[in-house]
Amino acid sequence: MEKEPILTVKDLSVSFHMYDTGLEQYDLKVISNLNLDVCPGEIVAIAGSSGSGKSLLAHAVMGLLPGNAAMSGEISYRGRVLSQKDKEKLRGKEMALVPQSVAYLDPLMKVEAQVRGSKPDRERIAAQREIFKRFHLDEKTEKLYPFQLSGGMARRVLVSTAVISGAELIIADEPTPGLDLEMALEALKVFRELADEGKAVVLITHDIDLAFHIADRIAVFYAGTTVEITEAEDFRKGPEALRHPYSKALWEALPQNGFKPIAGFQPYAKYLPEGCLFSPRCPYKTKECEQEIPMREVRGGYVRCIHAD
Amino acid sequence: MSHMAAKDRTLRVGKGSCFLNRRTKIIVLAVLMFAVLVGIYLAGALSSNDLIAADFSQKGLKPSWEHPFGTDMLGRDMLVRTIKGLSVSIVVGTVASCVSAVIALIVGVVAATGASWLDHFINWVIDLVMGIPHTVLLILISFACGKGLKGVLIGVAVTHWTGLARIIRSEVLQIRSQQYIEVSRKLGHSSWWITVHHILPHMVPQFIIGLILMFPHAIMHESSLTFLGFGLPPEQPAIGIILSESMKYLSTGMWWLAFFPGLMLVIIVLLFDRLGENLKKIIDPYSAHE
Amino acid sequence: MKKMHVLKFTGRYLVRVVTLLIAVSIISFILVSASPVDPVQQYVGAVPNVSEEQRENIAEYWGLNDPPLERFLAWGNSILHGDFGTSLIYRRPVLDIIKEKFAASLALMLTAWLFSGLIGFGIGCAMGIFNGKWLDKILKKICLVMCSIPTFWIGIVFLMFFSVKLGWFPMGMSVPKGVPADEVTILQRIHHLVLPALTLSFLSFANVALHTREKLVDVLESDYVLFAKARGESRFSILKRHGFRNILLPAVTMQFGSFSELFGGSVLAESVFSYPGLGAAAAAAGMGSDIPLLLGITLFSALFVFAGNMLANIIYGIVDPQIKEGYKNESYGS
Repeated sequence: MEKEPILTVKDLSVSFHMYDTGLEQYDLKVISNLNLDVCPGEIVAIAGSSGSGKSLLAHAVMGLLPGNAAMSGEISYRGRVLSQKDKEKLRGKEMALVPQSVAYLDPLMKVEAQVRGSKPDRERIAAQREIFKRFHLDEKTEKLYPFQLSGGMARRVLVSTAVISGAELIIADEPTPGLDLEMALEALKVFRELADEGKAVVLITHDIDLAFHIADRIAVFYAGTTVEITEAEDFRKGPEALRHPYSKALWEALPQNGFKPIAGFQPYAKYLPEGCLFSPRCPYKTKECEQEIPMREVRGGYVRCIHAD
Repeated sequence: MSHMAAKDRTLRVGKGSCFLNRRTKIIVLAVLMFAVLVGIYLAGALSSNDLIAADFSQKGLKPSWEHPFGTDMLGRDMLVRTIKGLSVSIVVGTVASCVSAVIALIVGVVAATGASWLDHFINWVIDLVMGIPHTVLLILISFACGKGLKGVLIGVAVTHWTGLARIIRSEVLQIRSQQYIEVSRKLGHSSWWITVHHILPHMVPQFIIGLILMFPHAIMHESSLTFLGFGLPPEQPAIGIILSESMKYLSTGMWWLAFFPGLMLVIIVLLFDRLGENLKKIIDPYSAHE
Repeated sequence: MKKMHVLKFTGRYLVRVVTLLIAVSIISFILVSASPVDPVQQYVGAVPNVSEEQRENIAEYWGLNDPPLERFLAWGNSILHGDFGTSLIYRRPVLDIIKEKFAASLALMLTAWLFSGLIGFGIGCAMGIFNGKWLDKILKKICLVMCSIPTFWIGIVFLMFFSVKLGWFPMGMSVPKGVPADEVTILQRIHHLVLPALTLSFLSFANVALHTREKLVDVLESDYVLFAKARGESRFSILKRHGFRNILLPAVTMQFGSFSELFGGSVLAESVFSYPGLGAAAAAAGMGSDIPLLLGITLFSALFVFAGNMLANIIYGIVDPQIKEGYKNESYGS
């Protein structure tokens, strides 16, 4: 089932120009040499621990990075490399973002106006009502202000904004904060439906368990880059099917697999090690790991490790 | 880890030149400001009164090389008068804002560490002070003190502490919520001991910045009050008095009588305001994403 | 439920205002009582040949020989009955003078208030929209300089330039000299109002602009604007739909909260322009040791400030949905 990817991210790096105490300045590299692709009809989960810069990937794709950020690498949509201008044209039409919380809604504007957008014609209003019905949001919801929404309502309203746009690519940034697996899966069912309708979904999450239950493929994210891209199936099979030591460690850290913690800490973006970013915590570390490590194909997946086989 | 940090620093040098400039600039500015302040004060205090003796052969002269700020209707040099006036304003401003800042520190710390009724009461007092327009309160206090220097000093000191007190109160509350304070309390240290050893040291930067930012307001209010006739006696060459005198000769077109003295005041006020804001940026970089 | 809450809130607020007003009167009374200025001497002033006995009679008539507490209670009592006493310098009831002067001041303050509010908001928005661009940098520098300029000095400069040098505006007062009050045209009044109003708005104008700028920059960097961008809203639409919506309320409430500075500034602006308003009267009362008038104006100015704060609170309550609809929230809670 070879499909043309709708979104391709190649060698993406994002760094920030930061101020320190006493007006010191430095550059903080938050994403380095990241690769990713998503095809229509599939959910690709980007899984990694909190604070690893995953949200910035979404912002980079949508052209939403703040002024003090610098980006390099290529982001292509349907085979065409996107400029900032292109992204601005595509967002809200071809690609949509589903943010993580109600804080992303204007606190002083009613929900309906935010879902309908700046040009609410009759069609748009009808579409919004239709979508609300689909997500079991009752009619009164549209007249509410964001602070009046409950957690579940807020999530559905946020997804509505993506659905109403008719976008082919949906990037969901941590859409299930603080939910247990069962509820999160319930909440994520809508993304599965959207993918089955032929949309491409990128699901950014810190919850690896959730990721391999719902996603088709998983990109394991570590310290600002993808260390492994694999079929979700491999995660279900267990550590032998996985390629990168970090992915294996993540699997073993799951409660149902022994709850084994990974020694050490993810490095802060300011103090990244040379070469392999995982090497300081890796049991298989050798001298060669200090060089630049490229992404390579191993057993049908991609991995950023010279020792993987 | 250490070698990584070292590498980081060397990397930063290229980019860092910009920050070095800025930080050095602020320090140079601070030193310069202090020098200007002391310089004006000394020039005003030490220069002989003979320099501004009446000389009717020189009266009402336009600005020239000999008298850069011109002369007044008594033939006194306006530059010398302005500097003497600023010198007085600087003394009044410094004393009043120091007193006001100390009041703010005490009140702020007490509000944050004391009983809750005390906190409510202090908030109420702050509302009270802010409820009467500053200028009216200044007039009242100055009237109560029988006008003159004492009234201005007390008035400015009493009216300017509220903003800083609020800042210090919230800072103290924030520090007190931190864990090491809890630990220190469990170790049996008294509230007073904790305040002196853990809280007051953290207040130093806020206090100094608050003090510097208070200074321009203090001299502005001092000169306003003096201008209205409540402050220093007419014999004093205070800026407010020079300006209120100039009002008499306004229609004669002698613009320099008011223009230069006021401009000097504006410059001093502006420089101190900028100095305070820049120092704030050094201490709290997150407020300064430019 | 909602009504109860509002009532409780309003009640608590009123208690606060009343206690503050009582405190203001106590403190101002103590302050004027502490003054070494002898009110009898001020009253008698330049009149020669006033005997010691006559002075004693005046003091007795004013109750100056009574203990302070008694005097305060007597004064407070008459105030509650609407009697603020008689002004020494105007020789008329204080309340009449306050009414008359406040009408003149109101025209001045209102003009300055609207002007600083509208233009300040406009300039602030321009700075916020062009955040970091040259327009923003230049306007910001200008505003910072404006913040450092004392009201009375800029008044003098305006007078020197516009009235003396160019002759565009009169030298002061609120009406032309020698014209009977009923013959003064509205145009003449406006002509006299321009410079004082400009002077009075000068300082707050820059403050409003800088404050609006900060708010707009904050809003434009907020998560909800980021998400609005992600939904494809244009820059203009974001400003219109989210930007102004979120900065207007704080700007309006801040403007109502600025009554204190407005009144304080009017004392200086009116003194410079000899504008016959309440501010100039306050200065004159202080200079002339006119205790009843000074007390009356102090109380009135405090009331004026509290009224502004109260209006700010009310507007917040009416406009902000988080307060307005907050009580309904319980039924929806998560």
